[in-house]
Amino acid sequence: MQIKSPEFKDNARIALQDVNLQKALGNLKAGFPVKRANAVERMPEFEDLRDEARDLKNHILENLDVYLEQFESKVVENGGHVHWARTSDDACKTILDICKQVGAKTVTKGKSMVSEEVNLNEYLEKNGVQPVETDLGEYILQLREDHPSHIIAPAIHLNLEDVSEAFHKHHNRPKSDDPAVLMQEAREMLRKQFVAADVGITGANFCVAETGSTIIVTNEGNGDLTQTLPKTHIVITSIEKVVPTLEDMSLFLRLLARSATGQEFTVYNTLSTGPRREGDQDGPENFHVVLVDNGRSEMVGTELQDMLRCIRCSACMNHCPVYGAVGGHSYGWVYPGPMGSVLTPQMIGIENAGLLPNASTFCGKCESVCPVRIPLPKLMRHWRENEFEKHLSPKAVRWGISGWGFFAKRPALYRWVSRSSAWFMNKLAGKKGRISRLPLAGGWTDWRDMPAPEGQTFMDQWKQGKR
Amino acid sequence: MSKAEILGNIRRGLGRGEPTAQQRSAAESRLAAKADNLIPKRGQLPHDEQVKLFKDMAIEAAAEIIELDSTSEVPMAVSEWLHKMNIRELVSASNAELTEMDWSALGDIQRVERVAQVGDMASITSSFAGIAETGTLMLHSGSESPTTLNFLPDVHMVVLHKSTIVGPYEDAWKKLRAAHGGKMPRTVNMITGPSRSADIEQKLQMGAHGPRTLVILLIND
Repeated sequence: MQIKSPEFKDNARIALQDVNLQKALGNLKAGFPVKRANAVERMPEFEDLRDEARDLKNHILENLDVYLEQFESKVVENGGHVHWARTSDDACKTILDICKQVGAKTVTKGKSMVSEEVNLNEYLEKNGVQPVETDLGEYILQLREDHPSHIIAPAIHLNLEDVSEAFHKHHNRPKSDDPAVLMQEAREMLRKQFVAADVGITGANFCVAETGSTIIVTNEGNGDLTQTLPKTHIVITSIEKVVPTLEDMSLFLRLLARSATGQEFTVYNTLSTGPRREGDQDGPENFHVVLVDNGRSEMVGTELQDMLRCIRCSACMNHCPVYGAVGGHSYGWVYPGPMGSVLTPQMIGIENAGLLPNASTFCGKCESVCPVRIPLPKLMRHWRENEFEKHLSPKAVRWGISGWGFFAKRPALYRWVSRSSAWFMNKLAGKKGRISRLPLAGGWTDWRDMPAPEGQTFMDQWKQGKR
Repeated sequence: MSKAEILGNIRRGLGRGEPTAQQRSAAESRLAAKADNLIPKRGQLPHDEQVKLFKDMAIEAAAEIIELDSTSEVPMAVSEWLHKMNIRELVSASNAELTEMDWSALGDIQRVERVAQVGDMASITSSFAGIAETGTLMLHSGSESPTTLNFLPDVHMVVLHKSTIVGPYEDAWKKLRAAHGGKMPRTVNMITGPSRSADIEQKLQMGAHGPRTLVILLIND
């Protein structure tokens, strides 16, 4: 996927004026947060589960090498193969090789964000293998040559009319604006693909070290058809998805659906362990797991290690006022919202993604809903500091901060300047108490008035004993 | 090469080399213990309340439940349900519980034992357990229970015995380990209601790619 994160500001400006996008984002804001709140309400132990999940993830990360090797040995013991991929390129090549070995022409795909991250579809197509997305949202996007704008609701930026048009164009059927009819169309179209595919590729929500199993969590059942019908099943996933035991997986499953869609449990939670067994009448004959690193292993032992706890539920973006205003595509790469603002700089470089961790008011909503309690604002601040240290922040920002630093180091001067500015702004605002134009603050006053200070600074009030 | 690099990076980050026996022990004892984490109260009810919870949660997830007093009533219940829906064929798993039933009650409905194919209208399988906390069925693959039966047909009918309903997921895993000598079946399916999607404008539609209808034949044993 082409990187458009450096254009975040332009992307956001366009997104804010896009009437259709704003309508579609309205569906998100009215949906997920309310559903999550209801699900949390019904689970009195929810906060305790979050604590346990955070602690367990920390334990896993402290022993990540041990669990990964254990997982690998169990997959092999069950007749499967594990491939380690340091980079996106390694992952794509590995998967293409497997496809070539089995002479694959078409592959069906369950929803996988790691496959988006490594740009798998484009790579396969370029090399003569046709990928077919089977998740309804992903299928719609593939027809429109579009990309996901959300990690669990990939087509959240589209409206019914968009889907209706895309299906009409590609399915040769009368145009319908009934979601039920459209879904039925997709169901019929994809049935043939499920059966015809030579390889099925899915992601994995977790990899269980105890048993060598991978699990997918889906509502549609497309992932199950993808991994059951073709002769070869390839799981593409990342190294931080490993969990010790089935009991440990259960802890995360209790949090995942509730945090994501607000469901009590997702419809299909399916574990795959190796290829089909002797006597089995269906299931894949070959089972491969591709463990993608792509910058994750470098996060271990650093401040960013906390980010590796992420279980990709999307609660952070569902509750983020910035995501809710500009949508996922504005972020310009695969992972949007708060989790993306932390992960993207690690994967495509802070020089490309520096605007993302800056696009936050640090309101803290993301951290307050994260099922594994990732301190997302703190990690975004880490990137801001990193950007500043590398002299990547724009000149205006650097000058502004240095200027502020100059005064901040001279308290008497600082107090005098703030007192004068408060007085000046108070006069400028006049009786209405608001300022409609202010030098250097056009970014604010072009859109709304600046509330004027009431005349006295905090320090002055403090001295007067107003505590 | 990738493997050595990845593990090397992780170990460098953790500030150690290849783990010593002592450094492995925390992970190894966790793997051996298979201990429960926090189990919500609703997973710890007495059995009769678990059964009620299972039913409530499954119905909430849009499953249909038909309660029966014994497995001998299954063929008649299936026959009535399929006739009502005007379905005249049934693809069945071939495990003993199902093959040993007297299916004459099906009448003109044809029952075949095979994997599912595109176009199949209805299937019937047994189940391994029911999980009360979310109304979830646990099924697993085997030579007599192909996985496609759980996903391809429009209607999936599942025989579940009340005695196999457990409270939390954890109890189902323990049961599964015990039944299979610690080895996982190739596929384990946890199923909670029929297939659905909300990918178009976040509006929930039932029957995406999997079964549109899930019928649980709950045996009061």
